[in-house]
Amino acid sequence: MQRWPVLLFLAWVCFLFFAGIGLFMSGFLLTRIELAHSSSCSDPLTPPPWDRQSLPPGSCWMPQRFSKAVLVIIDALRFEFAWFNPANVSPLPYENKLSFLHHLATSQPRHARLYRFRADPPTATMQRIKGLTTGSLPTFIDVGSNFATYAIQEDNLLAQLVQNGRKVVFMGDDTWEGLFPKKFFRSYFFPSFNVKDLHTVDDGILQHLYPTVDGGEWDLLIAHFLGVDHCGHKHGPVHPEMAKKLTQMNEMLRSLVDHLGNDTLLLVAGDHGMTETGDHGGDSEKEVNAALFVYSKTPLFGTGPPEEPEAVPQVNLVPTVALLLGVPIPYSNIGEVMAELFPGDGDALSAALQQLSVYHVNAKQVDRFLHSYSLVAQDLPAEQLQHLQEIFSTAVEEHVQLLAQMQEAVLVFPELESRLGNLISRFQLYLREARAVCTQTWARFHPLRMVAGCTLIAASCLLCYVTSELATASDSFYRSCLLYPLLWGLVVAVLLGLACTFIQEGLDLLLVSSWAAAVSQVAFFWRWWGRQPKRARVASSQPPLAAIGLRQRLRAWLGLAFPMGILLFRCGAMFSDSFVVAEARVAPFLLASLVVLLVGKLHWDGRLTVPEGPKQQLLGFSSYRKESWYLLYLVAVLLVCLRLSIFFHQCREEIPQCRPSLFIAPLASLRNTRAKNLFYLLCVASLVGLVFVVRCWLRHYGNLNSSDPLVLFVRWGFPLVVICIACYWAVASSAEDSLGKLQELVQVALVAFPWAVYGLVSVGLLLLLCNPMTVFAKDTRESAGPIVTPYLGVPSSEVDFLHVIPQIYRRMQESLKSRLERGSCKATVAAYGLGSVYSAALVIALTLLGFLLLLLHSERLSLAFLLLFLEAFVLLHIHTRARSLAGDAEPFSVPWHAVISWLLAASQFFYSTGHQPIFPAIHWNAAFVGFHLDHSTNLLPAVLVGANTFASHILFAVSCPLLLLWPFVCETPSSQRRKPKKDAQEELQEEEEHMMEMRLRESPERFSAALLQLGLKYLFILGMQLLACVCATMILRRHLMVWKVFAPKFLFEALGFVVSSICLLLGISLVMRVDCAVSTWFSQLQLRSEPRLKSCRLLWGTSDTSFCLLMLKSPLQKHGNLVPSVPSWGSRVAGSYVMEKSGSPASITGSDPRFLLRQKFEVRLKKNKI
Amino acid sequence: MKEAEIKRLLAANLLCVFSIILTTTVPAFFLDSFSVLGTHLTWLCICSVSISALNIVLCLVLKPNPSPKRSSFAHKISRFLKCCIYFFMSCILFHVIIVLYGAPLIESVTETFLFAVLLSTFTTLHCLCMLGPNIQAWIRVFSKNGAMSIWDNSLQITTMCSILGAWFGAFPIPLDWDRPWQVWPISCSLGATFGYMAGLIIAPLWIHWNQKQLTYKSR
Repeated sequence: MQRWPVLLFLAWVCFLFFAGIGLFMSGFLLTRIELAHSSSCSDPLTPPPWDRQSLPPGSCWMPQRFSKAVLVIIDALRFEFAWFNPANVSPLPYENKLSFLHHLATSQPRHARLYRFRADPPTATMQRIKGLTTGSLPTFIDVGSNFATYAIQEDNLLAQLVQNGRKVVFMGDDTWEGLFPKKFFRSYFFPSFNVKDLHTVDDGILQHLYPTVDGGEWDLLIAHFLGVDHCGHKHGPVHPEMAKKLTQMNEMLRSLVDHLGNDTLLLVAGDHGMTETGDHGGDSEKEVNAALFVYSKTPLFGTGPPEEPEAVPQVNLVPTVALLLGVPIPYSNIGEVMAELFPGDGDALSAALQQLSVYHVNAKQVDRFLHSYSLVAQDLPAEQLQHLQEIFSTAVEEHVQLLAQMQEAVLVFPELESRLGNLISRFQLYLREARAVCTQTWARFHPLRMVAGCTLIAASCLLCYVTSELATASDSFYRSCLLYPLLWGLVVAVLLGLACTFIQEGLDLLLVSSWAAAVSQVAFFWRWWGRQPKRARVASSQPPLAAIGLRQRLRAWLGLAFPMGILLFRCGAMFSDSFVVAEARVAPFLLASLVVLLVGKLHWDGRLTVPEGPKQQLLGFSSYRKESWYLLYLVAVLLVCLRLSIFFHQCREEIPQCRPSLFIAPLASLRNTRAKNLFYLLCVASLVGLVFVVRCWLRHYGNLNSSDPLVLFVRWGFPLVVICIACYWAVASSAEDSLGKLQELVQVALVAFPWAVYGLVSVGLLLLLCNPMTVFAKDTRESAGPIVTPYLGVPSSEVDFLHVIPQIYRRMQESLKSRLERGSCKATVAAYGLGSVYSAALVIALTLLGFLLLLLHSERLSLAFLLLFLEAFVLLHIHTRARSLAGDAEPFSVPWHAVISWLLAASQFFYSTGHQPIFPAIHWNAAFVGFHLDHSTNLLPAVLVGANTFASHILFAVSCPLLLLWPFVCETPSSQRRKPKKDAQEELQEEEEHMMEMRLRESPERFSAALLQLGLKYLFILGMQLLACVCATMILRRHLMVWKVFAPKFLFEALGFVVSSICLLLGISLVMRVDCAVSTWFSQLQLRSEPRLKSCRLLWGTSDTSFCLLMLKSPLQKHGNLVPSVPSWGSRVAGSYVMEKSGSPASITGSDPRFLLRQKFEVRLKKNKI
Repeated sequence: MKEAEIKRLLAANLLCVFSIILTTTVPAFFLDSFSVLGTHLTWLCICSVSISALNIVLCLVLKPNPSPKRSSFAHKISRFLKCCIYFFMSCILFHVIIVLYGAPLIESVTETFLFAVLLSTFTTLHCLCMLGPNIQAWIRVFSKNGAMSIWDNSLQITTMCSILGAWFGAFPIPLDWDRPWQVWPISCSLGATFGYMAGLIIAPLWIHWNQKQLTYKSR
């Protein structure tokens, strides 16, 4: 299999997943852009005045009707709770409890009225508060200028009041504190988080409510009661507690009304309803149907109440209250004013004129908002906006005309009245349609899209699984299963695109791509199914084989049960909000369990014990092998790593007793200088340790010998990067207490050092891409040439000698050595570090990425990164050991448990680098590493913050191919034991075992297939996690915690998937790049020795030019630029090869046995012929 | 022969189960305000002590694995001391493993340690009674074909069930139900206890059903 199809296949699978995620997101997540504009009194929105009406001084837009207002929000006050039905003789616990409202409404019909208050989904308290104050439809993500706080950035009622010098007093739910920081004249916040607590908030409010009302130092008083909502969550609506709670509210309202003055408007509102189980968050009738009650001691309404209570959308409250209190309507309001609250001076005509002018202001404001919104975002459909614009302009024109005609008094009364009524209904139509357009785009789930997205993801998971099980299948399979689906998908995409352009509809890229994905998937499964019967037939023709196959398959299934069980637990944990909250502890727990289970299973199978000799069998005793102890040590280290990683966790607000790790705060925040210095040293030490360990590893495998730019970069660039990072940390952590004169210098350094790191890391990555070979080839074939290079300096005999003698000495040494090693006339190429080229490139890339990500985190998290590298290393070793102990015959396939543990470690370190899947926990500081608080585009900070957030996903995904490579790299130690024996057979075996990663090159087909299989397994497990998350979000979209826990978790998981899959592709393509480089390197070597090759052919009569790889056994000088850099002569250089291609039969003894046998055979043939 | 031995095993195991049930009820008569959940530590101590006493007595009475012939008094003493040391070490080891699995490091050390003692009682003490202080024998018993008698099989099953029970016991801890038994380590110790009891009951039944397949190597 070629390299490109592998990448193409993986990219295609990623595309399938992305399409699924996109489809689901478009159905679930409703986004909207927040506008930063705000209204002011001077805005030219005032309606044309009519004869009897002019604005009194000091009021905005409309004359102020009430100087004060009390807004009582009873959380989750469903309409049925407030509705009083005297005919109901046996009321449920929540029915007929607010009798006082009924009393007011019946005794003073022109003072009080009850409405159905229609909340817009999502019916979560925070979104509702936003809606009740901004007058718009908040979605889950309001894309605003600042992500870091929950504070409302948009123009809102409170901001308008404060702007116009009014005093706002608040008491109750502390959610408001975060939403409106510093807006309140006075406030009494009470904790809202504990749903089980029914009374703290309400009692707290009652304690302060009446004194505050009597004190009179307020213009708007908001009291947010939570008891009813909490009672619903705890007991449900049908419970005696609910009756008590509602009775308490009734009493509260009764005494509150006694305290009110004549100029005060009282509003009692529920922010949302609740279902029969007491939950809310979704869009069902019971959740959406809240109650609104309006009352004032002065008459409010011109007419009596209607038979049935009117339904009022929640957003309508905002313009109404704003105009009644005489402040401008908030800029982004899309609500329609409640006109019956503006009855004018009493007669019908003035009421109509007054209402018309109110509508006029309202319509102008909505039009202004729609106009500026459509400039910023394109999600509102253009033709509908056009339509709205037409209604609006004709209505406004006619209004002006009408007023002009009234001035001239050409109109008689009945005609005037009908025209006024007509105009009012046209304004109403405009406002309602505008709101409907917005609702359609912002506030509705698309269940069909959600289900389709879910199905697409599930099908992609299945595809991954099916294909990864077939990885050893033939080339043609991939061609048919990749090419045709791709073609089908492309055809469908093109057809859909053409259709869209023909119908002149806007091209919805998402829909087109998801259709393409679905069709290509169906094509794949069809192809795959078409191949299935063929195999079955083959199997049935050979019954015994089939039976064996069945048994083997059964055993394989049993083996799969353990890792898949752990995966099942992990996915199941996504469905519980508690487990999502506790995931930081769940991931290490499951990882530890998986690894311990693996070791336990090895033990159970008797793989860890010494094979039983007759003596031991007699005694019934067993003891562990040496390797088993090594494995157990590794597991112990892993467990310690897992436990240590818990110390780096960030907290969520759901766990109040949690204290955030002290490692997350930047060093600059430390007051104690000594502790600061100590921590700084520790961080630098961990950084240096990381580099040191990586260099040791590279040197051990002989990858530090060549003088290629990349190796030079590893030698000199790495320390330089470390120095830069250390300097940056030093400057950043002491930035505050530096002297005034140094301030400028410090500012420059704060920018310069990160940029130096960025530059160095990108140079390193570029070098890695250009020439990823870290192999040093020592060619001893061309021993010809000048023995002594002429000295070019000043001719003086003594200096000349000093120059010449070492050269002669070295030459003699070399020739002597080569003769000692390889017998007589042998020409060899020694390649240092060839056995670990792939891993070395990956390790270098990982270290570079690690530096970059370290820089973006706060200083002390470098310890967590050190832990990450250590844990990854230990995990790789555990899997290698476990594999060799289990005697796995299939070296090209990575077992499932390895992949699952790799992904568990990735999500474990997501938490251990100080992250949580909630928005307030994002490290926004990362956007300003190397930048001075200004970004021209949004892309760069997004990339920086994304890299910070998904650091562990990136590192683990890029290093995923190591799971395949590591067992090959670790081959060497197993053969060490045999060293003492020197006989030829042993030598042969030993040399065979030293092929390391070159074994992968022996069968390039299988290498590519193995990479594909690994990638698919990784994507499968990632996809399963994502699928669980998506399903949880979809099923639990009415859950209390959906916007707090599940939706953010889904977002982080989806983004993590995207990042991981892209990084996985990058990692695999890096390995393929190295593969290409190795190929060219081999061919260059071949070219260089063309004449000798001819002799080879002459001698053997074969055109086979494959190289024979031999291990050099004798101590080698570790070569770096011809300087023996390591004093230890006796140490082994693993992975160094000698390539030889000369002719004498003796020299081939150490080569590949098959090759050897064939050649021996040929020799014999020739001899016989002769 | 086998049938009789299975019956003895069943009787012994049922005795163990019964004694665990007794430890939850009987102390309430002697101690004020005793309950498994309320005074969990007391129950842990009582349960560990009574189960170990019962196990030792059973071991002496039933003699599942006759000890080696050489049994001087000094040898017995050294054997006993070795057993004590092993038990203590296993408590420490369990404690360390529990902490590594995520238990609090500094807070509630007593709880964690007593839980470790309970686990050791269910697992290590059983092994010590059956096999003596002989690690090689332990390693042999806990492998696929290592069981040499039905007692060994029973040991395998009860040990695995206890540990599995303790593992599953950790699952309810993060849930926000606010139940008293969700407090560390109550759910885990209860899980271990239920696992142990389940193992005690399952073991004879399993052996009975798989009688034909079970062929033990002779010593």
